[in-house]
Amino acid sequence: MEPSTPLDSSSNMDSFMFDSSSRRSTVSIHSRSSGVINSTREVSFGHSGSKPVRYGSKGAESEALSMSQKEISDEDARLVYVDDPDKTNDMLEFAGNSILTGKYSIFTFLPRNLFEQFHRVAYIYFLVIAILNQLPQLAVFGRGVSILPLAFVLLVTGVKDAFEDWRRHRSDKIENNRLGLILVNGQFLEKKWKHIRVGEVIKIRANETIPCDIVLLSTSDPTGVAYVQTLNLDGESNLKTRYAKQETQSKLPEKEKLDVLIKCEKPNRNIYGFQGNIEVDGKRLSLGSSNIVLRGCELKNTNWALGVAVYCGRDTKAMLNSSGAPSKRSLLETRMNSEIIMLSFFLVALCIVTSVCAAVWLKRHKDELNLMPYYRKLDVSEGKEESYKYYGWVLEIVFTFLMSVIVYQVMIPISLYISMELVRVGQAYFMIGDSRMYDKATESKFQCRALNINEDLGQIKYVFSDKTGTLTENKMEFQCASILGFDYSSATASLENEQVEYTVQADGTIFKPKMMVKVNQELLQLSKSGFTNDEGKQIYDFFLALAACNTIVPLVADTSDPMVKLIDYQGESPDEQALTFAAAAYGFMLIERTSGHIVIDIHGERQRFNVLGLHEFDSDRKRMSVILGYSDNSVKLFVKGADTSMLRLIDKSLNTDILHATKSHLHTYSSVGLRTLVIGTRDLDASEFEQWQSSFEVASTALMGRAALLRKVAINIENKLCILGATAIEDKLQQGVPESIESLRIAGIKVWVLTGDKQETAISIGYSSRLLTSNMIQIIINTNNRESCRRHLQDALVMSRQHMTTPGVTHNSEEGSDSVSTSFALIVDGTSLVYILDSELEEEFFQLASRCSVVLCCRVAPLQKAGIVALVKHRTDDMTLAIGDGANDVSMIQMADIGVGISGQEGRQAVMASDFAMGQFRFLVPLLLIHGHWNYQRLGYMITYNFYRNAIFVLVLFWYVLFTAFTLTTAINEWSSMLYSIIYTALPTIVVGILDKDLSKRTLLKHPQLYGAGLRNEAYNKKLFWLTMADTLWQSIAVFFVPLIAYWGTTIDVASIGDLWTLAVVILVNLHLAMDVIRWNWITHAAIWGSIIATFICVIVIDAIPVFPGYWAIFDVAGTALFWLCLLGIVIAALLPRLVVKYLYQYYFPSDIQISRETEKFGNPRDNGGGEIEMLPVSDAPP
Amino acid sequence: MASSSAAGAGSTDPAAARRNTKRPKYSKFTQQELPACKPILTPRAVISAFLLVSIVFVPIGVASLIASRKVVEIVFRYESTCIPNNVTDKVAYIQSSADKTCNITLHVNKHMKSPIHVYYQLDNFYQNHRRYVKSRSDEQLRDRSEENSTSTCKPEDTANGKAIVPCGLIAWSLFNDTYSFSRVNQSLKVNKEGISWKSDREHKFGKDVFPRNFQSSAIKGGASLNESIPLSKQEDLIVWMRTAALPTFRKLYGRIEEDLNEGDSINVILKNNYNTYSFNGKKKLVLSTTSWLGGKNDFLGIAYLTVGGLCFFLALSFTIVYFVKPRQLGDPSYLSWNMNPGGH
Repeated sequence: MEPSTPLDSSSNMDSFMFDSSSRRSTVSIHSRSSGVINSTREVSFGHSGSKPVRYGSKGAESEALSMSQKEISDEDARLVYVDDPDKTNDMLEFAGNSILTGKYSIFTFLPRNLFEQFHRVAYIYFLVIAILNQLPQLAVFGRGVSILPLAFVLLVTGVKDAFEDWRRHRSDKIENNRLGLILVNGQFLEKKWKHIRVGEVIKIRANETIPCDIVLLSTSDPTGVAYVQTLNLDGESNLKTRYAKQETQSKLPEKEKLDVLIKCEKPNRNIYGFQGNIEVDGKRLSLGSSNIVLRGCELKNTNWALGVAVYCGRDTKAMLNSSGAPSKRSLLETRMNSEIIMLSFFLVALCIVTSVCAAVWLKRHKDELNLMPYYRKLDVSEGKEESYKYYGWVLEIVFTFLMSVIVYQVMIPISLYISMELVRVGQAYFMIGDSRMYDKATESKFQCRALNINEDLGQIKYVFSDKTGTLTENKMEFQCASILGFDYSSATASLENEQVEYTVQADGTIFKPKMMVKVNQELLQLSKSGFTNDEGKQIYDFFLALAACNTIVPLVADTSDPMVKLIDYQGESPDEQALTFAAAAYGFMLIERTSGHIVIDIHGERQRFNVLGLHEFDSDRKRMSVILGYSDNSVKLFVKGADTSMLRLIDKSLNTDILHATKSHLHTYSSVGLRTLVIGTRDLDASEFEQWQSSFEVASTALMGRAALLRKVAINIENKLCILGATAIEDKLQQGVPESIESLRIAGIKVWVLTGDKQETAISIGYSSRLLTSNMIQIIINTNNRESCRRHLQDALVMSRQHMTTPGVTHNSEEGSDSVSTSFALIVDGTSLVYILDSELEEEFFQLASRCSVVLCCRVAPLQKAGIVALVKHRTDDMTLAIGDGANDVSMIQMADIGVGISGQEGRQAVMASDFAMGQFRFLVPLLLIHGHWNYQRLGYMITYNFYRNAIFVLVLFWYVLFTAFTLTTAINEWSSMLYSIIYTALPTIVVGILDKDLSKRTLLKHPQLYGAGLRNEAYNKKLFWLTMADTLWQSIAVFFVPLIAYWGTTIDVASIGDLWTLAVVILVNLHLAMDVIRWNWITHAAIWGSIIATFICVIVIDAIPVFPGYWAIFDVAGTALFWLCLLGIVIAALLPRLVVKYLYQYYFPSDIQISRETEKFGNPRDNGGGEIEMLPVSDAPP
Repeated sequence: MASSSAAGAGSTDPAAARRNTKRPKYSKFTQQELPACKPILTPRAVISAFLLVSIVFVPIGVASLIASRKVVEIVFRYESTCIPNNVTDKVAYIQSSADKTCNITLHVNKHMKSPIHVYYQLDNFYQNHRRYVKSRSDEQLRDRSEENSTSTCKPEDTANGKAIVPCGLIAWSLFNDTYSFSRVNQSLKVNKEGISWKSDREHKFGKDVFPRNFQSSAIKGGASLNESIPLSKQEDLIVWMRTAALPTFRKLYGRIEEDLNEGDSINVILKNNYNTYSFNGKKKLVLSTTSWLGGKNDFLGIAYLTVGGLCFFLALSFTIVYFVKPRQLGDPSYLSWNMNPGGH
C-alpha cells in the first residue's frame, strides 16, 4: 500500500490529487477544498481566446465563505429587486431573455458578412489585385473579369454563411417562443421566454427546462432542495442538488409582496461559480453557486421550484459559454505556408524578370517609340502632339511590375485555401458517416468539431489517454466484498447464474433496480438468512452502510407494466452508484432519500432511518460518513473511504485477524485492477452524539471558515472504527482497448496513459490493456523530493542508454521502439511529476520518456496532464493527440494538437473542448489509421498538385510574355484565365481530395505500420515540392514551345494559339491528376473527364461571342490537323518524364504503400506457397 | 487481431440501421467503398504503353515530315533590296511620296501545284503588343450605330473631331505593300477573295459599316480604304485585324490559281510602301503550296519522331532492366518493417 498522505497537505497540487476510491466525487471535492486554500483557481493557457476553465467548484460552503469575506462593490454588482422587474430594469436596462445566436439580420447581412470575410488574408489578396486592375494604367483584364474570382468566393462563402445563419435564426425562434410561468401581479401567467425580464419570479414545474439563470427562492421540498439535471449544459446526466435559502423558502410570493434584494456579480461565463448576496427582511445572506440554476438545466424529482431571474438571454452563463473551440491550424498547412512563401518569391522573380526585360526593351527602342506602328507613343488626335499612355521610363517599369503581378496572380494558389476547406468538409462528412465509428451503446456518431485539422490525424506521434472512461468504461461493477475477513467475490461464484434480478413488492407495485449486479450466492444466502447472530449483524451493517452511506438519490421511473417500477440511482459518483445497486441486489434497496431521512427496503421490510448528519467526501479525509438514527433511538456512524485513510482509523484492538485478512484482500483486489473501499462503523452513545451535534450545528452555521470547521467536526467523530469490510469495484475496460493499443503501437504511435488512479491500479490496467507486457523493463519513478527524483531519472537514463546501444544497429531511434528486445515502460507518479514539470528535470524526463515505448503517469492532476502534453509538444515537432472524457481532461485536450473527446458517461465538457468526439476509445484506430492516413495522403497530394496546377499556368503566361515585347499580353482569353481555377481544373482536385484512397480500410488496419507514411512526412515534403516544381517547369515548356515552334512564321492569330494553349494546359493538368489517381470510381471519372469536356464547351462558348476579337477561333483552328497533333504531342511529351520517374521509383524503390497496393490488387505472392516459408506473415508478428 | 475485431464491430447489420435513426446510413458511397478500378504501373503496362506511343508517334512523325518536305516554298526578303542604293535614310525615303516600285524575279525550283498561297511575312513586328492588340473597337466594326464607340482605340480614335472608322492602331497600321505577278510577260492573276475567315466577314465586320475619316490624321500609318466598300468586303483589313500571335508572322495576300512549273521565272512588281524601317522589321514575300499539315515546318515531324524513338528506347531498356532485376509485385518482404533488421 501506498504511504499515507499527511492531512496537512498544503501543496496546491495535492489538493488536485485524485483518489482512487471515487474519482467523480473527488472532482467536486477538490474544488470545495480549493475554495479554502485558494478561492478561485482558474486554469487558462497561453493561447488567446481560451475560456478560463474552472474545475469543479460546486460546493456551497466555500463559495459562500469566500463571498462573505469579499464584498461586491456597487459598480461590479447587479441589483435585482425580486418580483419587481420595473425597478430592477429602471436604472440599467438588463438584457431581455430573447436570445440571438444568429449573426446577421437581413439588413446587416451584406456589410457584416463582407466585413468578416475580408478578415482572411486570401480575400484581401484577391481584393488588392482586383483594385489594382481597376486603375486605368494597369487594367490588364476587363472590369468584369477581374472581379469574377473574388465575387465567386465571396458568393460561395456568403451563401454558406447565410444558410448557417438561417438555421440559427430558426432555432432561436423556437427557443424564444417557448412558454414559461411568470408571476405577474400575484398570479402565475404563461409568457413567452423572450419576454422574461430580470427580476421576475418564475415557476418551474418538474421536468421543465429553466428559461434563464435563476436564484432559487423556494421549492416543493420543505427543506428547499431542488434537483436539477445539467445535461444540456455540461452533459452530466446525474442529478445535482440546489438549495433555496431557508429565509425565502417560507415566503409565498403569490400572497405577499416580496421585499427581497439580490446583489450579484456581473454576468460571466463561469458555470461553476456564482457570487452574490440576498437581503431578506433586513437580513443579509450570501448566495453561492448552489443557489443558482442555470438556463438549459432541467428540474427533476422536484414538483416545483420558484426562482428569480438574475441573468437573462445573452447574459446567461449558458450563452456566454457557447463559443466554439479555439481554432487550430494543421501541421500540413503550416508546412505549406513556407512553400507559399517560396512561391511568392517565384512570383516576384517572374515579375522582376518581366519588368527588367521591358525596361531594357523600352530603352533600346527609345527613339522609335513615337512612330512604331505597334507602339505609337505620339498622339495627334487632339490636334497637338502629346504622348499617349507613356508616363516616363521609370513609371512604365513600375506599371509593368504591377501589371505582371496581376497577370501572374494565380501563382499564389489562393483557391487552394477554399478547395482545402471544401475538401475537409467532404472528409468530415465521410468520417461522420463511417459506420465503424458509430457507437451502438450510446447511439453516438463520430463528431467533427474542428474542420481544419483533419489531415493532422495522419501524423500523430503521441497519444495521451485518460484512463477512466476512456480506456475503461467508467461503468463501475461491484465485484468483491470482504466482510469480516471473508472474501466473497461475485466473479468466481456466479459463473452459472449470471445476474440475479432482485425485486421488492410493496403496496401491489413491484420495485426493481435498473441495473443488475452479479451476486455471490453464498453471501446472498447469508444476507437472507436473517441477522440473528453476531456475524449476521455485521453483514447487515455492511449492506446498510452500502445503501445509506452515500449521496445517491433514488429515482422511480415507470415501465411499460404499470405494476413494475424501475429504480434508478442517481449520484455524482459512479462508485457510489455501483455500491448502492449492489446493496439493492443483496436485498437492501434504497427507496427514498430526503434531506432528513432515508427509506431502505430490507428484504421486503421498509425501514426508515433518520439521517442525523452527513460528512461529505473531501480529498483531505478521502472518506465520507453518515450518522444514522435508528427507530429505537440508537445512533450509528458509518464511514466509507479509501483504504489509506481508513485503515488508520480502525480500532486495532478489535478484530486484528479481520483487519489482517481484509488488508490482504485489499491487496489482492487492487493488484487485479479493482478499485477498493473500506467500510467501518461505530455506535455512538448519547453523550458523544450530543457533543457532535452541538459542534456540527456551530460549524454549519458559521459564517467564516465553515468548510474547515465542518471537516474538523468530521475528523473528530471518525475514529476508533470497527471494521466492517471492504468492497472492490471493477472499472471495466472498454471493448477492443487492448487490440487498439496494440495497433497504435505497431503504427509507431506512442501511447501515454495519464490517470488519476494510484500506481497499482494503473499498472494493472496497463497489463490488462496490453499497454505493458511482461518483457518490458519497467522504470518506476516514485519519489518524494527533487533530489531523489533527479537521481532516479539519471539512473534510468543511463540504463536505457546502455540497453539502447547494445543491440544498437537500429538506424533510427524513432523506429527503435518497434524492436522487441528492449522496450521500456516508464511509470511516474504525480508527486514526482510536480518536481519534474517545475524544473530543469523536464529535459531529462523527456529524454527518458522518448526512449520508452510506454509511459504511465499515475495520480496526475488535470493541470499536470496539460503540463505533460505541453512538455512533449514544445520539445518535438511531432503531433500530439489527447483523448479523454471528463472535465479533468479538458486542459489536456485543449493543449494537444488534436483533442478527442469521448462522448461517454461523464459530462460533455471534454466533448465541448475537443476537436473530434466519438463514443469509444477503439474508434481511435479507424480514425487515425484509416481516416487520418487517407486525409493526410489526400491533402498532401492536393497541396502539391495545386501548386503545380497554378504554377504551370503562370509559366505558360510568362513564356508568352517573353514574345510580346514584355508587355503582358495574354494569348489565353482573359475569361479562360479566370475560369481556369474556377471551372476548368477545380472540381477534379476537390473530388480526388475527398474520395481518393491509396489503400483499402482492410489493408490499413491489417498493417498499422502503414501509418508511418504520415509520421515520415511522405505525402508532402520539401523534396516533393522541388521535384514537382521541376516537373512543372518541363511541362510548361512542353506546353508552350511545341505550338510556338510549330506555328512560328505562320498565319496563326492570338486567339487560336491561345485556345490551343488553354486546352493543352487544361488537358495536361487533368491528365496529370488522372495519372496519380489511385482509385477510379464513377465520380472521379465524371469529375476529370467532365472538366475537360466543360473546358471545351467554355472555350467554344467564349469563341462564339462576336464582340470578342477571337471570334470563331476555335472552330477555325480545330479544323486543322496541326492543332490536334500539337495537342497530342504536348500531352505525351509533357507527361513522359513524370511517368518514367514515377514508374522507376515505384518499381525499384517501392514504398510500403506501393507494395500494399500491389498486394491488394494481385494478392500476396508468398501466400501461394511461393518459397521462403520461414518468413512469418507480417500481421502475426507484433513486437 | 486488432484489425479484425475493430472491423467486425463496425460491420453493419442493415436491420439495425433501419431501426436506429441516428446510425449513419450504410451505403457504398458513405462508407467510401464505391466500386473502383485501381490501375497500377506494372512493368507490362508501362512497357506496352511506351511501345504503343512509339508505334503511334513514329508513323505520324514520318507522315508529317513527308508532308512538310512536299511543300514548295519561295521566300524572298525584300525590305533592303527594294531600297535604292543611294538612299541612306530609309525611314525618310519610305515616308516620302516618291515612287517606290521595285521589280524582282523569283525562280521556281520545283513544280508548284495550285492553289499557291501568296503571303507577306513580317519579322520583328509585335502585333501581339499589349498597346496594339487593345487598340481596336469590335463594336464599331460590327455595328454602324456604334460608330462613336472609339474609347478603346486611342491614339487613333478621332481625327479632326470625328470618329475614325475603323479606329485603332491595328487598322491604322494596315499593311500596304502590293504585289503583282507575271510569268513570261503574261500576268498571273492573284485571287484576293476568300483570304479572310468567313466568320469574320459575316459576323464580325458589318456589311453596312463603311470606312470613314480613315488615315486622315497627321500621321499616315498604312493603307487607305475605299470608302464605298463596306468593311465586310475589305478582306485585307479583315486579315490584318486577326492579330498575329507571334512577332514573326505571315498574312495571306492572295492565291495564284495556276500551277507554277519548275524553272519558271516570275516577275513581281512590288510597291514597297510599308514602313518597317523605323523598327528594323523585315519584310518577305512568300509563295507556298500547302499540305494537310499546313506550311513547311519540319518541327512537328522531328518532334514526333524523337518522342516516338525515345519511347521505343525506354520500352526496350525497361524490358532489359525488368529481366535483369525483377521485383515481384506485392512481395511483403520489401515492406520496410520486414526489412528492418530488428524485426527478424
